[in-house]
Amino acid sequence: MSILIIAEHDNKSLKPATLNTVTAASEIGADIHMLVAGFECQTVVEQASQVAGVTKVLVADNEVYEHQLAENVSKLIVEVAGGYEHILAPATTTGKNTMPRVAALLNVAQLSDVIKVESADTFVRPIYAGNAIATVKTTDAVKVLTVRATGFDAAASSGGNAEREVLSQVISSDRSRFVKEQLAESDRPELTAASVIISGGRGMGNGDNFALLEGVADKLGAAIGASRAAVDAGFVPNDLQVGQTGKTVAPDLYIAVGISGAIQHLAGMKDSKVIVAINKDEEAPIFQVADYGLVADLFDAVPELEKSL
Amino acid sequence: MKILVSVKRVIDYNVKVRVKSDHTAVDLTNVKMSMNPFCEIAVEEAIRLKEKGVADEVVVVSVGSKACQETLRTAMALGADRAIQVEAEDGLDSLSVAKLLSKVAQEESADLIIMGKQAIDSDNNQTGQMVAALLDYPQATFASEVVIENGEAQVTREIDGGLQTLAITLPAVVTTDLRLNEPRFASLPNIMKAKKKPLDVKMPADLGVEVGSNVSIVSVTPPPQRAGGIKVGSVAELVDKLKNEAKVVS
Repeated sequence: MSILIIAEHDNKSLKPATLNTVTAASEIGADIHMLVAGFECQTVVEQASQVAGVTKVLVADNEVYEHQLAENVSKLIVEVAGGYEHILAPATTTGKNTMPRVAALLNVAQLSDVIKVESADTFVRPIYAGNAIATVKTTDAVKVLTVRATGFDAAASSGGNAEREVLSQVISSDRSRFVKEQLAESDRPELTAASVIISGGRGMGNGDNFALLEGVADKLGAAIGASRAAVDAGFVPNDLQVGQTGKTVAPDLYIAVGISGAIQHLAGMKDSKVIVAINKDEEAPIFQVADYGLVADLFDAVPELEKSL
Repeated sequence: MKILVSVKRVIDYNVKVRVKSDHTAVDLTNVKMSMNPFCEIAVEEAIRLKEKGVADEVVVVSVGSKACQETLRTAMALGADRAIQVEAEDGLDSLSVAKLLSKVAQEESADLIIMGKQAIDSDNNQTGQMVAALLDYPQATFASEVVIENGEAQVTREIDGGLQTLAITLPAVVTTDLRLNEPRFASLPNIMKAKKKPLDVKMPADLGVEVGSNVSIVSVTPPPQRAGGIKVGSVAELVDKLKNEAKVVS
């Protein structure tokens, strides 16, 4: 039996989380197919067919799929679901929006945020904001999963040579209409895909001081993040938030600056390979998870760090 | 317009979660329980729509054991008009809950269903989308702004990398994200008044739904503990460690 992966893309490029999902699929086994539903998304189709391990790319290229609305994409997935025992999507806001709809239409459960594959029917996922880890087994005929990218390495983006099948279904969703999108423009890597992240907390004092982090981020090619406290205080926009209610990240290096280390925040970053904490409060809980802790005033330490890199 | 809001009783946001020593579940004995924070936001949004004159009735529903009546009373103290408890064991899976809620929504002819985007216990983020699928309604998940106009909801959604605005026709399902609003607190007079508001109890059989799931829990374990590291004395020492010991900076 084959596995179907729903590609995450913006009609221009395949998003990295898709590659992690391919690795999760390869741990389940079998033949891996990928669905690209979008509009004028030929470059995505090219990229998808080169991913190592993908043997077939299903292409639904039509105006109705331009914004990948859950209403019609879920129906499209259900129409092609027939031959698949597993349907996987990255646990991004797009995957989380669509996959429960797919599962409900198929009358099966959906497993969210899978971080480990035990076998073809048994999966591991965090619950209670990562404060407990559940291993669950499903006997549903079709297993519908979302995959947390940080749980799996990325599959190679080249080396594959998948065949293509063009889908003719055109399913419109006349009760849901795209109005607009405001995406944060940035030259920095996306938070969930960055290998280095430097995050600021309430200790930053105000939004302007986040400029201090930019110097270090430029030198390290890092993404900038923030704790919920910094977001709630209005220092930075919500999409920078790392934590239970924000983004879950697991970079090679995570530098927490002026972050106390509330459970809320730790839930989003504790799987990072190396954690550095800079905080003037020696008792801050962040030091309990940090590999390297520096008790110092961030306004001295961060500029010095920038200079020494 | 009638709004249906679902609420879930979960472990309180501030309680430290402990896994049972036999690794079967999270220990909930003698633990403070509260309304799921995302559901609180859903209740608040519905009440605001009523206060603005957009909605004329707010009905709250919860699926669970008798204990969830307390959560329903809280929602009514905040301003919901009446409540429905669907009696079921606690911890039903998302699909069963979605089937029950979609039947309630049909019976009530709700124009708008507002739900939290996820519960902080199972962290599934599924039920709203499933209700929408079962009813073939449009959905707007992870909402940070909701405007109702001309039989349509214009909803701004928090997506990876920014915001997206969708227009969906009613009836529809909206799920709430954290920044949609800041929930109010219930006043004492309203808590007293809520005790007299109507609360109906229904059984899954009344709704013609058979609950159950093909998913079973094999184990629930504590997360791997991260061993604390060392303190460094200076920025220079930190940079040296990152370059030569951890080798994450070149």
